Amino acid sequence: MVSGGGTTVNGTPHQVTPGTTVADLVAGWCPSPRGVAVAVNGEVVPRSTWDTTPVAMGDAVEIVTAAAGG
Amino acid sequence: MTDAVHTDPFLVAGTDVGSRLLLGSGGMASLESLAGALRASGATVATVAVRRVDPTTRHSLVDLLDGLGIRILPNTAGCFTAADAVLTARLAREAFATDWVKLEVIGDDRTLLPDPIELVEAAEQLVDDGFVVLPYCGDDPVVARRLEQVGCAAVMPLGSPIGSGLGIRNPHNIELIVAEAGVPVILDAGIGTASDACLAMELGCSAVLVASAVTRAEDPTQMAGAMRDAVAAGRAARRAGRISRRYVAEASTSSEGMVAPKGSVAG
Repeated sequence: MVSGGGTTVNGTPHQVTPGTTVADLVAGWCPSPRGVAVAVNGEVVPRSTWDTTPVAMGDAVEIVTAAAGG
Repeated sequence: MTDAVHTDPFLVAGTDVGSRLLLGSGGMASLESLAGALRASGATVATVAVRRVDPTTRHSLVDLLDGLGIRILPNTAGCFTAADAVLTARLAREAFATDWVKLEVIGDDRTLLPDPIELVEAAEQLVDDGFVVLPYCGDDPVVARRLEQVGCAAVMPLGSPIGSGLGIRNPHNIELIVAEAGVPVILDAGIGTASDACLAMELGCSAVLVASAVTRAEDPTQMAGAMRDAVAAGRAARRAGRISRRYVAEASTSSEGMVAPKGSVAG
């Protein structure tokens, strides 16, 4: 956990400017949004709401995709 | 093989899955190696894990599987609790637009054996949430029955621990599970070589999931082809109806018409 209430993406501290949406974060993190899912503070954020979901200060964001396994 | 697919379909939750060999992507040396193995295996379903995006990675496992027309079966690999598994499954559903999930909830990271209590709990929640749940479980017929009772679409008992290559340690338990199950039984984990996969099918399993035995073989493509043949052979042998095991011999040659031994009375 990051002290001071900072935002994290995939466990690492990440500065977010006010007004950043989940869609913005994904665009910055992934070459393509295909096969990607996002959770904020342990809750899945549906793809249809990425554009309208803001990322708040202190949010823990997880951006995931398929990896070898299973 | 094509004939078998039409006359002996492999159905899961009402869907004709196609191949009775499912491939796990775990342990793959490279995407190219996985692609070769997938083609040789004839698999129509492949499992993937759900992990954090690595921004430096250029390849896409999703693109590879979609390109090959293979159904993605997300796996909750690495989860120790029902809560983690449920979140992972929901992330996977969102990422890959599938309701299917291979549910894996393990008790410890050394044996990777399933935690049956967390597993049944997670299965129940996911079935309620509309998932098609394929749970990886131990070879305990009681747990398999519970998983079916809470609505799982299949049960996936292990042959032996993941990656161990020890084959089917308790064939009797697998037979017990098969005898009672009303859903497909998919042998999953511990397969080491082709004969293990063949045995699973001969014991009555509907399908087999193989990962390490293929991905970590010296020649994954060749092993994938061997597994394909083994699954087909085991399934055909099962349907052919084997002879019973006997304590002593049963001559396969009738003694009628035998030439009389030297010195005996003729007629």
